[in-house]
Amino acid sequence: MNKNVNIKKIVIDKPLKLDCGQTINNYSLAYETYGSLNEKKDNAILVFHALTGDQFASGINPITKKEGWWFYAVGSGKAIDTDNFFVICANVIGGCMGSFGPNEVNPDTNKIYGTNFPVITINDMVNAQFNLLNFFNIEKLFAVIGGSMGGMQTLQFVSNFPNKAKVAIPIACTASHSAQNIAFNELGRQSIMADANWENGDYSNQNKNPNKGLSVARMAAHITYLSKNGLQEKFGRKLQERDDLKFGFDADFQIESYLRHQGSVFVDRFDANSYLYITRAMDYFDLIKEHNGNLPHAFKNTKTKFLIISFTSDWLYPTSENKEIVIALNAIGADVGFVEIESDKGHDSFLLNVPKFLNTLGDYIKTTYSKN
Amino acid sequence: MKQEFQIISDLIEKNTRVLDVGCGDGTLMEYLKHNKEIDIRGIEISKDNVQKCLSKGLAVIEGDAEKDLLQFPDSSFDFVILSQTLQAFLSPEIVIKELLRVGKKAIVTIPNFGFWKVRLHLLFKGTMPVTKNLPNEWYNTPNLHMCTIKDFYNFCENREIKLDKSLALQNERISSINEFNLNVKNLSAELGIFLIKR
Repeated sequence: MNKNVNIKKIVIDKPLKLDCGQTINNYSLAYETYGSLNEKKDNAILVFHALTGDQFASGINPITKKEGWWFYAVGSGKAIDTDNFFVICANVIGGCMGSFGPNEVNPDTNKIYGTNFPVITINDMVNAQFNLLNFFNIEKLFAVIGGSMGGMQTLQFVSNFPNKAKVAIPIACTASHSAQNIAFNELGRQSIMADANWENGDYSNQNKNPNKGLSVARMAAHITYLSKNGLQEKFGRKLQERDDLKFGFDADFQIESYLRHQGSVFVDRFDANSYLYITRAMDYFDLIKEHNGNLPHAFKNTKTKFLIISFTSDWLYPTSENKEIVIALNAIGADVGFVEIESDKGHDSFLLNVPKFLNTLGDYIKTTYSKN
Repeated sequence: MKQEFQIISDLIEKNTRVLDVGCGDGTLMEYLKHNKEIDIRGIEISKDNVQKCLSKGLAVIEGDAEKDLLQFPDSSFDFVILSQTLQAFLSPEIVIKELLRVGKKAIVTIPNFGFWKVRLHLLFKGTMPVTKNLPNEWYNTPNLHMCTIKDFYNFCENREIKLDKSLALQNERISSINEFNLNVKNLSAELGIFLIKR
């Protein structure tokens, strides 16, 4: 990663016992904030990022020089309006944008951790980020919000800290990572590990980079974020800068070229080992099992108001899995809203310009805050 | 607000838990929430309406009452409201059973197919009635199981469902329905409003 950019960090001196059994100390958490905290300190929103996200939810990402990953939803006048709310977003532990992750130097060995980094879970990520409340001196967040893996963190947050957020908005997620999703993650991991430059995870110490493997992992995953109809409509069988098939294995089709591009830009901003660790954390996520098969139990002490949103064309985290969360919340009489938004943009819908989604989200947040 | 909603609201005690089944755009829910301090939930099948409700910050879930009431535990609400939707279900009988399982009491309103204008329409025009409360043609109506006030009254009697209150609404006039005036009300009322319990 580009080390010249000034990244905001807190160093957490409170030891954190990870689910894997190890305890970590003095670990760093990189974060970014948007908007300002009001005097009552009741307008803070903690946004959780997804697998390949980072703390730069809005504005221009200083590393990629592109718009932040939730550019459509977070900003001045947007659904998560930074004119009214203080938005905090942190890079998850295990990530590669400045938080404690596998590409950091292990102080015990003076070498980059690589796969000597401890396996982390969604629970660990959330527990680490909870320290941000203390750092900003916030007693209670107005909201916790996230899509995909960010949604899992949202659920875990409320389960761990039932009275620390007034509103929780898990989007396009699940309470228990499915076999299909574990399978896709495994495909990505195997692709990275099959790259000779991966060197059993030690590539950074050997000045190598498993870019090919990481790029294929990204290409495969990217397909799962879109929908068949969306792909067909955008690309169809259109050819890439040529009038006819070339009878070879060059990128004849636009979709091939598009995927290759997605893969190649991804490796510039993401660490292969982080990809392994974060996908593992998603696979291990099972809030249902954590509560012995009784999901309602995960939320039984909460007064948090929930809004759950899914998308019609999301086959990665389908409506049925989102509804399971709704059903669990209704079983305990929680305050829960749910809608499935019509969109052909697949799982990525939550990141894109889907007006019905963004309007519903924005209005819900605004109304709920004003009626507080 | 519709007078029907005013009557429903008057039937509901303050500070109770209420589920509005088929809550539409959330008009009644908002009223109950703010005027009667009701802890209110809604379920609605139309995505557009659900989005309107959520924009108002209401706890509404998108769902089909015929399948999705199952997720609510027994007696988890003091009142369950079903406003002019009973006739649109595949199985009104099962829905009523579900309402009375989920709610301690239920408020059901029905457009009365026994209303004299409806009867005259069929008698003289010989075509399926189209009225203010029944605005659709036979080929596009969502109403699968039309009934009269008398039908619903008898249904409750036969199923040993207790009718706490039976009200008839006609031209903004509310009156009580009882076994003696049932035939008259069945002819004169446009809408029946029933407070029922197990």
